[in-house]
Amino acid sequence: MTAGEATRAEVCVVACAEAWRGDGEIVAAAMGTCSVLGARLARLTFEPGLLTTDGGALLTAEAVPLGAPAGDVEGWLPFRDHLWLVLNGRRHVMMGASQIDRYGGTNISAIGDPARPAAQLLGMRGAPGNTVCGPTSYWIPRHSPRVFVPEVDVVSGVGGDRAAALGPSGRFHELRRVVTDLAVLDFGGPDGAMRLVSVHPGVEPDRVVAATGFPLAAGGDVAVTRLPTAEELRLIRDVLDPGALRDREVHGP
Amino acid sequence: MDKVTSVEEVVSSLEDGMTVGVGGWGSRRKPMALVRALCRSGLRDLTVVSCGGPDVGLLCAAGAVRRVVAPFVTLDSIPLEPHFRAARQRGAVELTEYDEGMFMFGLLAAAHRLPFLPTRAGLGSDVLRAGSGLATVRSPYGEGEDLVAVPALTLDVALVHLDRADTRGNGQYLGPDPYLDDLFVKAAARAYVSAEQVVAPGALPGPPQTLLVSRMHVTGVVETPNGGHFTDCGPDRARDEAFQRHYTSCAADGRAWAGFAERFLSGDEAAYQREVRRWHEEGA
Repeated sequence: MTAGEATRAEVCVVACAEAWRGDGEIVAAAMGTCSVLGARLARLTFEPGLLTTDGGALLTAEAVPLGAPAGDVEGWLPFRDHLWLVLNGRRHVMMGASQIDRYGGTNISAIGDPARPAAQLLGMRGAPGNTVCGPTSYWIPRHSPRVFVPEVDVVSGVGGDRAAALGPSGRFHELRRVVTDLAVLDFGGPDGAMRLVSVHPGVEPDRVVAATGFPLAAGGDVAVTRLPTAEELRLIRDVLDPGALRDREVHGP
Repeated sequence: MDKVTSVEEVVSSLEDGMTVGVGGWGSRRKPMALVRALCRSGLRDLTVVSCGGPDVGLLCAAGAVRRVVAPFVTLDSIPLEPHFRAARQRGAVELTEYDEGMFMFGLLAAAHRLPFLPTRAGLGSDVLRAGSGLATVRSPYGEGEDLVAVPALTLDVALVHLDRADTRGNGQYLGPDPYLDDLFVKAAARAYVSAEQVVAPGALPGPPQTLLVSRMHVTGVVETPNGGHFTDCGPDRARDEAFQRHYTSCAADGRAWAGFAERFLSGDEAAYQREVRRWHEEGA
């Protein structure tokens, strides 16, 4: 097995893991298969101080495989304490989004007029608090113009433009990165606009631009997202996700 | 001090237009036996305050709901609640959307008889959009911070389901998460606890920190074995994923839903439990 054999899903898991690099001893909260795998992979490799959960109320003593029982437990984080932790700030969350705009405003609430939506989605969940209280990243398994829109229908997660308007109340807002099935993006463009950081191996930058419903900032040559190391591939395949649930979320070679 | 009652008596004490808080979280430890009785009651125009799951869905399907106050409505293993979605998309129910942390603070405020509590959560988002009725408050300590003033989510009645209760109304959870059930109970003028098992006073098992709900806040207690079905009620019972999938697929189709309602929801709780057992036997 060599790193060159990595699938797109495995590249995505590593790109998600990289979101938590340097975070130290905080809770890595994640939604979505590749994102959860990324948090646990980061903990097993370059970011051992991270705290991760069993997907429920338990902080596990070790990073556990997807869907596995918690095993030994090092802490308790029921929903109520998780909500307090959001305010406390020792947390970096990677959420999903049904829509995301140029400044990282996101929608998981409803499509269309929120008074009578064309499609009712989840609701706000914790997105407003997550985004205004601490570091937030996004994992988006299908990069398309339906998701990357000029303007979201409902602002569930706060983008950089809205946060800037909050003044001192917005001081903890910090959007880190967006990982998709095609690329890694951040908000390092002009005025905090979304910027293309790297494309995954085999993806042309033009394809990312075409899949994005607003102009995408890019500085010169676009890097290629790094491949998983052999050890990372072993951990993903043999330890964290032996059932290959990641391939249900991201298709492709 | 014996507060043991029946689901029918609990529901018959409620009125149209009430604000009803429902405990649990998503498809987890919901007081489904009480919700099923509410659906049978013909009550209308309820405001349902809930970390929503199939409780909200069933009440929407029964036409009992005017407004939902919630941070989400989900079935957890199935992300979107079909009846809630359908009701929203045909304009049948209003929705007041809260962030999860805001929602907890609304219950905390009500539980402590405060008009509001401040939080950062909600700022900059469409939770505060025009017409939401929500306001911000300026810190008096000079930092220049504006915070959301979450209004108290005061309830006429709260319905929660716990693993154990005693006949006086003390309630105990045995799973990994208390959710917000103690806050619902304290935020309400009247509160009813249903439990998998009701025991004598002093006979609740386990460490004292599992005694989540005190009888001082509880009006009545009902024994409802498997009363959280089909939601997760660990460690007593896991979520009935097969039945939840059946519920969801039937909800997508008018005729299939009519058949589901006729079979499972037209009788009392005992009939429901009997039909669920039979349904599983047919599938086995």
